[in-house]
Amino acid sequence: MKRLFPILSVITAASLAYALYQALVVAPTDALQGEVYRIIYYHVPSAWTAFLLFLINFVASVVYLIRRSPKADIVAVVSAEVGVVFCTIVLVTGPIWARPVWGIWWAPGDIRLTSTLVLWLIYVSYLVLRRFSSSAQTQMLAAALAVFGALDVPLVYFSIWFFRTQHPQPVIGGGGSMDPRMLHTLLISWLAFLCFAFLICWSRFRLELLKREVEQAHAMESLVGAGASAKASMPLSRSSR
Amino acid sequence: MNAIKFLFAAYIATWVIHASYIGTLVLRFRRLRQQLKELGQAK
Repeated sequence: MKRLFPILSVITAASLAYALYQALVVAPTDALQGEVYRIIYYHVPSAWTAFLLFLINFVASVVYLIRRSPKADIVAVVSAEVGVVFCTIVLVTGPIWARPVWGIWWAPGDIRLTSTLVLWLIYVSYLVLRRFSSSAQTQMLAAALAVFGALDVPLVYFSIWFFRTQHPQPVIGGGGSMDPRMLHTLLISWLAFLCFAFLICWSRFRLELLKREVEQAHAMESLVGAGASAKASMPLSRSSR
Repeated sequence: MNAIKFLFAAYIATWVIHASYIGTLVLRFRRLRQQLKELGQAK
């Protein structure tokens, strides 16, 4: 396992570099938007990766609610946190792309944009709940919030099919056509981002294990400390009788 | 075309966000390892 991480890191770095080369050099220029359309190679794969991570969070949360499995809880928190990072990228690169193409940074009231922002807020509140709540029920409450939060994912994805929106139609399955070289580059970028997301999730998983180990060690130390002070106070309490 | 700066801004923003997140992970790892070390010494 120790060897696998550096090997995967090298593969991920190589695939990200190759995806960048494809996106900036190989993919053809868009006839309407010009060079700026190349933001699609970071914006769309980040969105797909975020959706996948939120789906993993949903499954892990359901498993946790049914089995109370600590591993499922770790997978849930890891996928939510990394998903929020990718969703942040979507929300940052989207307006940067919209400004030169639509002439505005943000279309207020647009269902796709608003539902994505709401999705981000739901998972940020999930992480805030986990970080600052000290209740014994925190993990269960967070899992329940994640189950309801996941309902927003299909709303975000299908909103452009069912509502009038400024956002373009989906790249795949939206009825539109895309140059095969563009599609090829898009899929390569997604693959590279998936490798990268997997690597980050792996690191975050190890971090969570370490965090729980430290918490356990702290709990053991305070137990031992409490036991020692109880022993020390025993003769006193006997003599006071 | 002026729009090219938006392309680079988007790519740079993406990697700044990823680098910042990886930075926080590294800091959290260091802090936890330090805590674990201190707990080990206390024993």
